Amino acid sequence: MSTEVATPESIEWVDATRVDATSVGIVSTQFATLFEPPHEMTLVTGAKLGPVRVAYETYGELSRERDNAIFVCHALTGDAHVAGRHAPTSRKPGWWDELVGPGKGLDTNRYFVICANVLGGCQGTTGPNCIDPKTGKPFGSQFPFLTVGDFVQVHSALVRHLGIEKLLAVIGGSLGGMQVLDWAAQFPGQIRAAVCLASAARLTAQGIAFNCVGRRAIRTDPNFHSGDYYDQPVGPDHGLGLARMVAHITYLSEASIEKKFGRRLQHGDHFAYELLHETEFQIESYLHHQGSRFVERFDANSYLYLTRAMDYFDLEKSYGTLERALGRTEARFLITSYTTDWLFPTIQSRELVDALVAARRHVSFVELTSPFGHDSFLLEVEPLQELLQPFLEQTYMEARRHCGEGI
Amino acid sequence: MQAITRERPDRRYCMPDPLASMTDETIIAQIPPSSRVLDLGCGDGRLLKRLRDTHGASVQGIELDRRQIVGALQNGVPVVCADLDRGLAGFPDRSFDFAVLSKTLQQVRHPRVILHEMLRVAKQSLVVVPNFGHWRVRLGLLLWGSAPKTEALPYEWYDTPNLHFMSINDFRALVEVVGGHIVRELAMIGGNAVEGAWAPNLRAENALYVLERKPV
Repeated sequence: MSTEVATPESIEWVDATRVDATSVGIVSTQFATLFEPPHEMTLVTGAKLGPVRVAYETYGELSRERDNAIFVCHALTGDAHVAGRHAPTSRKPGWWDELVGPGKGLDTNRYFVICANVLGGCQGTTGPNCIDPKTGKPFGSQFPFLTVGDFVQVHSALVRHLGIEKLLAVIGGSLGGMQVLDWAAQFPGQIRAAVCLASAARLTAQGIAFNCVGRRAIRTDPNFHSGDYYDQPVGPDHGLGLARMVAHITYLSEASIEKKFGRRLQHGDHFAYELLHETEFQIESYLHHQGSRFVERFDANSYLYLTRAMDYFDLEKSYGTLERALGRTEARFLITSYTTDWLFPTIQSRELVDALVAARRHVSFVELTSPFGHDSFLLEVEPLQELLQPFLEQTYMEARRHCGEGI
Repeated sequence: MQAITRERPDRRYCMPDPLASMTDETIIAQIPPSSRVLDLGCGDGRLLKRLRDTHGASVQGIELDRRQIVGALQNGVPVVCADLDRGLAGFPDRSFDFAVLSKTLQQVRHPRVILHEMLRVAKQSLVVVPNFGHWRVRLGLLLWGSAPKTEALPYEWYDTPNLHFMSINDFRALVEVVGGHIVRELAMIGGNAVEGAWAPNLRAENALYVLERKPV
């Protein structure tokens, strides 16, 4: 593998011009090239891939002992931009800005936080929308099949590339949580703690069903061209938008939709009695908006690859039993689920807890009360922070104690 | 008394007790080093932290109250949020050397179920029960005709985490019902843990039991 270990001098520190005291300030995405031929990565399917460009961001400073690094795994459609802003004029901060920053749950005054776009993720990391160096054309349908294990293999290589031998913690929700679990099983010695939010050892059949509808919408879009649409004037935007609309419903809860929209109408108080009027209710208008905003930033092929990786993820199938998969690591676990999350219901988190208890691992678990459905892990930051801060602090203290003993 | 009333909501499974450290001491004395220990209603993990740090035990706590859970995390003790009334269904048989239930049995809705579960998941169970058969409680009831309220049981009857009022005799009978076997009974009398005490049902404020499943 061509992952040359970076010396501290070669790591480019993010120039965080602090605007407000709780923000990491202005940040920029960085890139690393890993797995350069002839050291290509071997995917779970056996296929080779390389070089792999990885888009990542870091916040805070790596300690001299290099023992304070926390890796954030993003969910299905996330990116490396977790916190801060890319420019003072940026409309929105990073996707988990509420959790990552000075004094926050992932306190950048104490910890060095890393987040990378997943393999195939189309937000800067190598994916189907990138140029295949062998052909000089976008990969499109020729991009190899991906699994969660492959995402983690790239993350793990990036961590080593940054000169970090062992992470203090790896944290993620949903598909990010699956990466956390896979990390614990695939690279058990590389992490001291694993924080898995609103996730599971496998997606439910219901989850696969929703993914199936989304993929069908993309594939049947006349502009899909079997995935080779990059030289076309228009891509499968309609299908991708539709996929997002369906998926977005699964991220909410009946109660949160009711509270936010109810049966309120978009225009006035009266029905239009017009069949072609597509956004009569506010919830319709909201979903349409979500769909069209999504196609501006996401690639349809990526959506197919990543949702399939999510469907395939099954720790039990890969390792025989959950106990065996998760018992490989000495890492401490913190697991949370959310009362109204029906995409990753609490019972799936309990399954993880039971397996970890059976494997005699160090595990803490809380089901948090929240009305926001699956999205709760992103929105309910305060109760998460309350658990996360002491959990990380204790993990860090324990790590330092061990280092002091020379273990 | 006022202060105790206000503090109660976050102490559902953790009764304030002036003799708490003595109780902990007595429990710890029953547990050999390097054991795997489950504490049901572990509060802020005080007991488990000691067992881990001084006994090299592998520990796991269960607690329902969120503030106590944060406390346990601050102590570095692994804690799973669960309602004891729903049992321990996911935990495999005999996955712990010891299960500890300290002054919590009187606060769960189904004491029989939880005791049965403890005997299932652990090789030995350590249960501390308050003795409502103590002479002070009896005397209070006899003289004033009121529900018991003592230093060890400081609650008003209408505002208490205690759902059940049992005596040492009652508990022995329950152990029989769930197919348990009393390995040891330590009566706590005036700050001492006494094995084979005389008239414990009258004299003990609390009692610690070491239980096992009766061999089939």
